[in-house]
Amino acid sequence: MDLGSISLVAFFASLMVASTPILLAALGEMITERAGVLNLGVEGMMIIGAICGFAVAVESGSAAMGFIGAAVGGALLSMLFALLTQFLYATQVPSGLALTLVGVGLASFIGQPYVGESPPAVAKMAIPVLEHIPFFGPAVFQHDAMVYISILLTIAIWAFLKFTRGGLILRAVGENHDAAHALGYKVRLVRVMAIGFGGALAGLGGAYISLIRVPQWTDGITAGIGWIALAIVVFASWKPGRVLFGAYLFGGLTALQLNLQAANVPLLLVLPYLVMLSGVIYLAIAVAAGSWKKTLDVKPTLKTFAQFIGTGLVLLLIGVLTNYASSLDLLLLSSAPFVATIVVLVVISARSKGASNGPAMLGKIFQAH
Amino acid sequence: MTELLKLQGLTKAYPGVIANDDVGFSIAKGEVHALLGENGAGKSTLVKMIYGLTKPDSGTMTLHGASYVPTSPQAARAAGVAMVFQHFSLFEALNVAENVALGMENPPKMKDLAKSIRDVSHAYGLPLDPDRTVGDLSAGERQRVEIIRCLLQDPKLLIMDEPTSVLTPQEVEILFKTLRQLQSEGTSILYISHKLEEIRSLCDGATILRLGKVVGTCDPRATSARDMAELMVGETLHIPTRDAKASGAELLAIKDLNYAPKNPFGTRLKNLSLTVHAGEVLGIGGVAGNGQDELLSMLSGEARAQTGTVALEGKEIGKLGPNARRTLGLLAAPEERLGHAAAPNMSLIENTALTAIIRKDLSKNSFINWTKTESFAKDIIATFDVRTPSATAAARSLSGGNLQKFVIGREVMQDPKVLVVNQPTWGVDASAAASIRQALLDLAASGAAVICISQDLDELMEISDHFAALNEGRLSTPRAAKGLSIDEIGLMMGGSDTVSDTQTTEGVPA
Repeated sequence: MDLGSISLVAFFASLMVASTPILLAALGEMITERAGVLNLGVEGMMIIGAICGFAVAVESGSAAMGFIGAAVGGALLSMLFALLTQFLYATQVPSGLALTLVGVGLASFIGQPYVGESPPAVAKMAIPVLEHIPFFGPAVFQHDAMVYISILLTIAIWAFLKFTRGGLILRAVGENHDAAHALGYKVRLVRVMAIGFGGALAGLGGAYISLIRVPQWTDGITAGIGWIALAIVVFASWKPGRVLFGAYLFGGLTALQLNLQAANVPLLLVLPYLVMLSGVIYLAIAVAAGSWKKTLDVKPTLKTFAQFIGTGLVLLLIGVLTNYASSLDLLLLSSAPFVATIVVLVVISARSKGASNGPAMLGKIFQAH
Repeated sequence: MTELLKLQGLTKAYPGVIANDDVGFSIAKGEVHALLGENGAGKSTLVKMIYGLTKPDSGTMTLHGASYVPTSPQAARAAGVAMVFQHFSLFEALNVAENVALGMENPPKMKDLAKSIRDVSHAYGLPLDPDRTVGDLSAGERQRVEIIRCLLQDPKLLIMDEPTSVLTPQEVEILFKTLRQLQSEGTSILYISHKLEEIRSLCDGATILRLGKVVGTCDPRATSARDMAELMVGETLHIPTRDAKASGAELLAIKDLNYAPKNPFGTRLKNLSLTVHAGEVLGIGGVAGNGQDELLSMLSGEARAQTGTVALEGKEIGKLGPNARRTLGLLAAPEERLGHAAAPNMSLIENTALTAIIRKDLSKNSFINWTKTESFAKDIIATFDVRTPSATAAARSLSGGNLQKFVIGREVMQDPKVLVVNQPTWGVDASAAASIRQALLDLAASGAAVICISQDLDELMEISDHFAALNEGRLSTPRAAKGLSIDEIGLMMGGSDTVSDTQTTEGVPA
């Protein structure tokens, strides 16, 4: 065990890199779902984006071209889903699952000649002035362009949904497609566009893994990231800010686990304390914000705090019972970020009012008559 | 008066049915014109063509003397045609201003829009807060959102499809005042309704459709409601009759029932009490969304009540599920025909088995006796005049009225002790509605108790012995239906009756 070997700057930098593909894919899926379409094929679109991006980047020698190719590849695959669900009225859940199967198989096929190749390097884009801030500079402001783009996209999507007419129409279509149709909006067109946007962002997310995070091509390179992106959309209550939070939470836990593993400390050893610490931080923020706005609701706040502490204790107990330090295998370790992210997001979404209400038309078939 | 809109020879056919056949009439500037007809007479299709939602196969429309060929609702709105829908075209999770913006071509900034919503809503006596979420509004307020959405675009022609079916009498008065104000400003209104008395008090002219054709025009002020109804139906109208009777033993009693539904837009039932006796029809009125669905699910057993709140013949049944209640004789027919009262893709025979299996003893050792089920299904079809090609037809293939007759007949023919129905004649044509009401009265005459939840006040007054109204999950004290004035009913529906319980109960004729 050697906790001292972990560098905080490196940890935060790797957190942002680990989070970006999830954030991109989850933002795209959020837009698709806000339009009332449930596309479970995120994993498939991501891996197609990963191979398309990789192939285009290797052939053209330009990483930027690779990302464009990835977006186009992801969007093209999503059009298969659009064809099935919007024009042939297939049920969305099995269509999405099929899309993942097709995507994974197709990516493996396309990727055969690219195993062992290495893609062109992606230049870091340090932000002038800000990069020299001690600690924050190297941790936050010395990344590649995609990291900044993903965060700008989050803001842009938030503003699009909240302030623009296009965003209003998108939400309206997801909320009540019959009413939107009666008012003369083109429900199918809006949905096809939302599906395509979701596909393009999933593709970008996939390419980020194969071009920057890993960077090489192997089968199954996305390793379940698409599924966690799907879960984050739901538990983030279809809100861009919370999607960002959820993606960074998962990315952070993944990065933490890798760092701890390198320092020979299992994440499960730290996790219970981490969860309890989050509880304390939550309580502090809630009390501060509540007394500032004079709206502190003591009971639910304490309840959430107790949930955090309780979760931490349960995790601690599991750790003790399974004798974590010596016997836990790698598989269980790598599942920890998944489990922890879901637990935290469930706690958040359970306590906010109406959070369980996704777009009312989510997954429903629309046929104009 | 000058002519605003003229329709000539409009024809529209769908596979298997001619929805509109050579329809023509005209609307003058500033005229309130009624469009009358039964369900399926082709009113909706006609209106959809005027609003640009579908294209006519042949025929022409002229607006202001110029050819009018709307290709989309946007085009119709640009030409000055606005529409208030029957099933509101609103988005529950969005706020009022956003809903209004969605119905406009070039909406101003949200701040300015909120201001003009406030201005217009005051000018027409329809107060509305632009920041509220539509899901929290009452049916009357929702309609205001639709109307204001139209008014902000300064329409020349306003189409209103069944605007009063969800309003209290007081809200209807407010609406009529607004419409007359619009009329005086020169706006024409095409008014679609089943309610003939409303048409007589509001409209200047009327066109009557039957089976897609214009069968007559009349001056509604000079024609009796009965004559108009017979023009619509094309036959003499049969009005349900009932004999005066003494009420029998108490069958169902609800006492201080409270219920919080899981659906966030549902209505909480508060301290609800009622009793029904053998031979009695209890009518429960109220505007939609005031707890009707929740009350039905408490009675049918779909939701469980606290112990001690629901009793059938003195026996506690609050914790029993639907099948246990059916066994004891408490049956229910919910409002939503497809998906709640009947499984859309299953045949009428299968749908019969779904609710009648216990009381009609249709299974043995868990195996369904299909022969017996089929003969019972055929019984229902014959007795209730359900028009269907066969008993094996899927429930969804039946028209609304026929399926409703089947749904009600299926429960009535199981000899219930207590039958609860919600909106038994919603969207059903006049003659089918009359036969359903007659069946409910006959059932009560045979000694059962009937609870009829409905938004159609005329229906409730026609069949009820006692009347009560739901308002925000509270039930007013039931009162004898005979002699209730429309004002008193309005007060009960508005909830002011429940406050002064002690005074009104003394006034109830025993």
